[in-house]
Amino acid sequence: MLEIKNLHATVGGNEILKGINLTINKGEVHAIMGPNGSGKSTLSYLIAGKDGYEVTKGEILYNGVDLTEMKPEVRAAEGVFLAFQYPIEIPGVPNTTFLKEALNSVRRHRGEEELDAMQFVKLIKAKAEELGIAKDMLKRAVNVGFSGGEKKRNEILQMAVLDPKLAVLDETDSGLDIDALKVVSEGVNQLRSKDRAILVITHYQRLLDHIVPDFVHVLAHGKIQRSGGKELALELEEKGYAEYGVAAE
Amino acid sequence: MRNMVNLTQPYVDQFDAVKERLPGAQLPWLEARRVAGLARFKTVGLPTVKMENWKYTRLPNLDEPGFRLATWDDGHVAVAGVPAFFSDQTALVRLVYVNGIIHPELSQLDQLPDGVSVEPIAQVLETDPGFIEQHMGTEAVAYDQGFAALNAAMMESGTVFRVATGVVINQPIEIVYLNGGTAEPIYRHPRNLFVLESGSQATLVKRHAGISAGAYFNNAVTEIVVGDGAILRHYTIQADCLEALHLSSVHVRVGRDATYENFNLAIGGRLSRTETRVRLEGRGSHCNLSGAYLMKASEHCDNTTVIEHLVPDTTAREVFKGVLNDEARGVFQGKLIVHKDAQRTDGYQMSRALLLSNRAEMDTKPELEIYADDVKCSHGSTTGQIDETALFYLRSRGIPEALARNLLIQSFIAEALEEISDLRVREAMAHQVIHWLPAQCYFAEEWKQP
Repeated sequence: MLEIKNLHATVGGNEILKGINLTINKGEVHAIMGPNGSGKSTLSYLIAGKDGYEVTKGEILYNGVDLTEMKPEVRAAEGVFLAFQYPIEIPGVPNTTFLKEALNSVRRHRGEEELDAMQFVKLIKAKAEELGIAKDMLKRAVNVGFSGGEKKRNEILQMAVLDPKLAVLDETDSGLDIDALKVVSEGVNQLRSKDRAILVITHYQRLLDHIVPDFVHVLAHGKIQRSGGKELALELEEKGYAEYGVAAE
Repeated sequence: MRNMVNLTQPYVDQFDAVKERLPGAQLPWLEARRVAGLARFKTVGLPTVKMENWKYTRLPNLDEPGFRLATWDDGHVAVAGVPAFFSDQTALVRLVYVNGIIHPELSQLDQLPDGVSVEPIAQVLETDPGFIEQHMGTEAVAYDQGFAALNAAMMESGTVFRVATGVVINQPIEIVYLNGGTAEPIYRHPRNLFVLESGSQATLVKRHAGISAGAYFNNAVTEIVVGDGAILRHYTIQADCLEALHLSSVHVRVGRDATYENFNLAIGGRLSRTETRVRLEGRGSHCNLSGAYLMKASEHCDNTTVIEHLVPDTTAREVFKGVLNDEARGVFQGKLIVHKDAQRTDGYQMSRALLLSNRAEMDTKPELEIYADDVKCSHGSTTGQIDETALFYLRSRGIPEALARNLLIQSFIAEALEEISDLRVREAMAHQVIHWLPAQCYFAEEWKQP
C-alpha cells in the first residue's frame, strides 16, 4: 500500500530525512519510534502533504502512485489520513459542520453521492457512539475548549468518519494521561482492519502496550536504523536510543 | 489645492434651490436648524485626510460622477423585491424605502403593538413636530463633522422609531433602505431618530442594499436616546453596491442602567464609513459597539467609534473583525474618553483583521483619554493572514482549498458575531457572511420576493 524508497527531504533547506525505506502492506500496523528531532513528524507531514517539506530524492508510492504530486485534499480523498499531534482549534465552526464538509468533499472526489443533513447526523451519531464520544463534542466548535484527550478522540472520530486506507498517527499519546491513552487506543484498535494500514509514530513505548504493532522501526538521524517485531519497542524502552548515537534527554 | 469655498458652494446652492420642498419647510424652528447646519458646514467643510479622525479615509472626488439630489421620482424606480434577511417571518414589522420614499406595498406595518411607532420622518414632522424638535439635533450630535452638519441642513428622509415607557418588544423591527437604480447617480441625506423611553426594550434591524450596480451617495445621521433602564439592540447590515458611497454617523445617549447594543455588518460599498458616538450618561449604563466587515475589489470600510464615559460605573465593549480581499482597505478608529467623575469604568476594545491579499490594507487607531483614576480599560489589535496550519488541517481532511479558506473566514468572523445577543439576528448575519464568500453583490435577480 505504502512504499517509501530512499526518501530524502529538506525543511527550510535542512536535510531532515536521509534515505528512508519503508513498505507497509494493508492490514499491517507499523510503529516508528525515534527520539526528538529524528524526523518522525517530517515523515508524517510528507505523507499528508504539508507545504514547506521538499522531497529531494527518492519517492513515496501509495498504491503504486507517486503521492508527493497530490494536493493534501486529494490524498485524503484517496484514503490517506493523518491524526495530528496537535489538533487545530477552529472557533465558530461546529464539529459536525466540519465533519460533514470533510466527508462530503471526500465523497464528491470518489464520485459518491453526498450525504444530506439527516443521513449525516445518523452516521455521525453511530460513529460517536461506537467510540464512546459524547454528543456535546459534536456540537461544539472544532477542538475549541477540548481537553487533550478530547482532541485526540476527535481525531479518531474523524478517522472513523473518513474511513481511510492508510492512517498515520503522529504522537497520538502526547499530552494524554493513562486513562485518556487507553480510550484513544481502544478507538484506534476498533478501526484496525485487514483492509487498512496504520502507521503509529511515537517517542515512547507505552502507546504500543495498547496499540500493539506488527512491526517496529527505529528512526534516528533521518534514517531507519533498525526494524523488528513488537519486542523491539520493549528493548528501546529499556535501553533508550543511546546505541543509535542519541544522548539521553 | 482645491478651494474649500468652491467645494462647499455647490451644496449651498442646492440648499437654496430645494429648501422650499424639504420636509417640515413650514416649521420655523426647523428652518433655523437647517440654516445653522448649513453655516456650520460652510465653516467646517468637507473632511480631508488632514483631519485627525479622517486620516485613513480619503473621499473620492464627489464631482465625479456628479451626484444630484434625489427626487420623488427616484423613490419610484422599479425594484424586483426586497432581499431576504430572516429565513422566515421573524420580523414583526418591516418598513421598506426606495431612495428615501416609503413603499407600503413592500412593507408590513399592520402588527405594530401599542406604544410602538415607526414612521417616516416627513410624516412625523406633520403629525408631531414637537417630538422631533425635542430630540433632534441635541448636544449629542457633534457638528464638527462637515457631513453631519450638511445633513442637518438637507435632511429629507429617514425614520422615527419610538417605544413608550415600559413597552417590551421581542420580535425585531426591520427597516430596509433600497438605494440607487437610477440613471444618474443620486445622493440623499437620511435622518433617523430612535427614542426608547425608560424601561422599554426593542430590537431594530436596519438594512441598506443597492437596487442595481451604479453609484449613489448616502449621508445619514441617526440620533438615538436609550432611556433609563431601557435596552436597544441596534443592528445594521450594509450591503451596498461596489460603486456606492455610504457615510453614516450615529449619536447615542444612554441613560441610567440602560444598554445600547450595536452591531454593524458591512459587506459592500465603494466607500463606507460609520462613525458611532456614544455618551454613557447614566450610572450603570452599558454599550456594546461591535461589527464585522468583508470587503473586496477596491472597497473601503471605516468604522470609527467614540465612547464617552461621563458618570461612574459604566461599561463598554467593542469587538470588530474584518476580512479584506483584493485591494480592499479597512479602517478602525476607537476612541475611549473616561471623564473625571467616571470612576470604575470598564472598557474593552478589540480589532482584528484578516488580509486575504497582499494588496489589502488595514489601519487601526485606538485612542484612550482617561481622566479618572479607578478605571479598567484594555485594547488590542491584530492584522494577519489565513493560518496555514489550520488550512492544512482542513485540507488533510479532504476539504478542497477554496472551501477550507471559506470555513476559516467564517471561523474568523464568528467571534464578532457572538457579540450579537439576538440569536435570530446572529444566524441571519452568519448567512449574509456565507453569501459574501464567493464574491457577490445584492443584485435584483438574486432577491427573493417579499
